[in-house]
Amino acid sequence: MANTIEQIQSTIANNKIVIFMKGSRNFPMCGFSAATVQIFEELGASFETVDVLADEDLRQAIKTYSSWPTIPQVYMNGKFLGGCDIVRELHESGELQSLVDQLGDRAHS
Amino acid sequence: MDPAEIKRLIEEGLPGSTVEVRDTTGGGDHFEALVVSSSFEGKGLVERHQAVYQALGDAMRVRVHALALKTLTPEQHQR
Repeated sequence: MANTIEQIQSTIANNKIVIFMKGSRNFPMCGFSAATVQIFEELGASFETVDVLADEDLRQAIKTYSSWPTIPQVYMNGKFLGGCDIVRELHESGELQSLVDQLGDRAHS
Repeated sequence: MDPAEIKRLIEEGLPGSTVEVRDTTGGGDHFEALVVSSSFEGKGLVERHQAVYQALGDAMRVRVHALALKTLTPEQHQR
């Protein structure tokens, strides 16, 4: 379990935005993961994804790491941002757009 | 699981809260919940949701596949 946690920590530290999801960006395996990826694509943000279905240890470790029981999980600037409903709420309020802009991480303008 | 049981667990875990729960697919594992509690005052979304997950405890790890949450303070709910 220990190196799984290290793997999680380094992924989070090395990417401004990372989404731990079910499936991949192009082949999401769950509606909530797909919706979360779509929101960040709409914002033009560049982000990393990690498929938790590919590694059962990772899938359980990430839930303990953030004391958050569901997937997807979004991390921004090394901090836990939330799951699908929080990302949606931040997107609807426009707050997510400003968070992404602050990161200066527009994949394409 | 059924919505009534989820509602009971959240109300027990967050005394004084008002809770509405809906099964979104009819399959007993995808739910939507509105939780109104004064304990959310001054707390961000992540903390609010974690408090609800705390109240659900094991049910959340095992029997609930998805729970979309709306967490408001009484004042926000009136708006």
